[in-house]
Amino acid sequence: MSLLDGFLARALLAGLGVALVAGPLGCFIVWRRMAYFGDATAHASILGVALALALSLPVFVGALVVALAVAGGITVLTTRGLATDTALGVLAHSALAAGLVAVALLGLRVDLEVYLFGDILAVGRTDLAVIWAGALAVLALLAWRWQRLLIAVLNPDLAEASGIDARREQMALTLALAVVVAVAIKVVGALLISAMLIIPAAAARPLSATPERMAALAAALAATSAGGGVWASWTFDTPTGPTIVCAAAALFLCVTAATWRRR
Amino acid sequence: MTPLIRVEGLSVRHGSLPVLHDVDLSLAPGEIVTVVGPNGSGKSTLVRALIGAVPPSAGRVTRKPGLRIGYVPQKLGLDPTLPMTVRRFLGLPGRVPADVAAEALEKAGVPGLADRQISALSGGQVQRVLLARALLGAPELLVLDEPTQGLDQPGSAAFYRQIEAIRSETGCAVLMVSHELHVVMAASDRVICLNGHICCEGRPEQVARAAEYRALFGTGTGGALALYRHEHTHSHDHDHDHGHSHDHGHGSAA
Repeated sequence: MSLLDGFLARALLAGLGVALVAGPLGCFIVWRRMAYFGDATAHASILGVALALALSLPVFVGALVVALAVAGGITVLTTRGLATDTALGVLAHSALAAGLVAVALLGLRVDLEVYLFGDILAVGRTDLAVIWAGALAVLALLAWRWQRLLIAVLNPDLAEASGIDARREQMALTLALAVVVAVAIKVVGALLISAMLIIPAAAARPLSATPERMAALAAALAATSAGGGVWASWTFDTPTGPTIVCAAAALFLCVTAATWRRR
Repeated sequence: MTPLIRVEGLSVRHGSLPVLHDVDLSLAPGEIVTVVGPNGSGKSTLVRALIGAVPPSAGRVTRKPGLRIGYVPQKLGLDPTLPMTVRRFLGLPGRVPADVAAEALEKAGVPGLADRQISALSGGQVQRVLLARALLGAPELLVLDEPTQGLDQPGSAAFYRQIEAIRSETGCAVLMVSHELHVVMAASDRVICLNGHICCEGRPEQVARAAEYRALFGTGTGGALALYRHEHTHSHDHDHDHGHSHDHGHGSAA
């Protein structure tokens, strides 16, 4: 029996794949104050799930297309003068509601809870391949553009003065976010993906002196949460996605308490 | 001499709002030009158009091919969630050797800050770190956008003296945006008074007398101007004994 045959092993590998990319990408989300942006993209991807099921496409494809469309829509609305949080609210809730209505209208029999909260224990080999391919692609993108992304996040004008197109870097981040949401939707679910992006990054912040250390630490903390969460959900018979997030929250609490004591 | 940057008929709009119109401007190597103007006069927009951060809606900005610009923004605006040491910041976007970074910090007047967190520095220290970063690429043109905002008067004066020292050492041109005409003027070869368009320009003492300038800033700055000139004569490298008249010596470079 190979390692991948056990559903627990597959769940662990899937969780680790999402965690390794959610950590570093989450740092950018935190630095850019895009927390709600991740949330909106994740919520909207439910519509993508419904459309994919209706068209018999892979769920990943539908979620990716809608996540990209929402990210693009938010960019357009904000450049036309709508406040970012308002644009996010309009698009995210509309897309989520449209997704739920589409599911009903198309007469689909879908357990939506799976896509809202994830079902990591049902992850198959193909899902694993999609998750790891997406995660590695995004990690490669972040590594390749690391210096440019950092300066663009730090101060867009400084980036422009160095000949770097800050808006292109912003778009690279948006694309990366859409990919991560799409590959992660089956594992932690749409509602919890922002948590995996933000909690490990927030926990890594007080322990880091440089952006590189924060990204590496966030990946490590996210991976620990994934491992601990899968184990705990198996041991205590709890839903796996939320348990992973609880593990991340517990790590965040430990770090926060430790840094408070130091002061 | 070929200008470093030539601006012809530049107009910039933010949406439907015109911010700059019909700006013509040329920067020669080695000169210090100060742009002054009230809030909302388009000073920062002009700077951002020069460095290529905003596209012109009409006219054009021509940079000398391969022009090395060192840019010091008005504020760094570092988000507190982003951990960043001075050393790491100097290596963005191009990594630099430690000794080069240390030398730049020394030149900018803040030696030994390399390992500090930027978020733990004072406003004046951050401005000098930004200056150090701008110096890293051996710039032919230093562009500073209200670099002394938030500094007190002695702090501003010290910062400007540092800029002058750097100019005389490296021979780079300096374009500085300021709202404090009285502090900047003495060091400048040329002053441009901006209010959506160029109202007047010339040697500092010409601009201070210009009706357009007085209409924008009032006559009250006259006293402060004299104050700084007086102070300034102590630190300049020539024309010391001429006292108040030394600004005329700079006029030839304009």
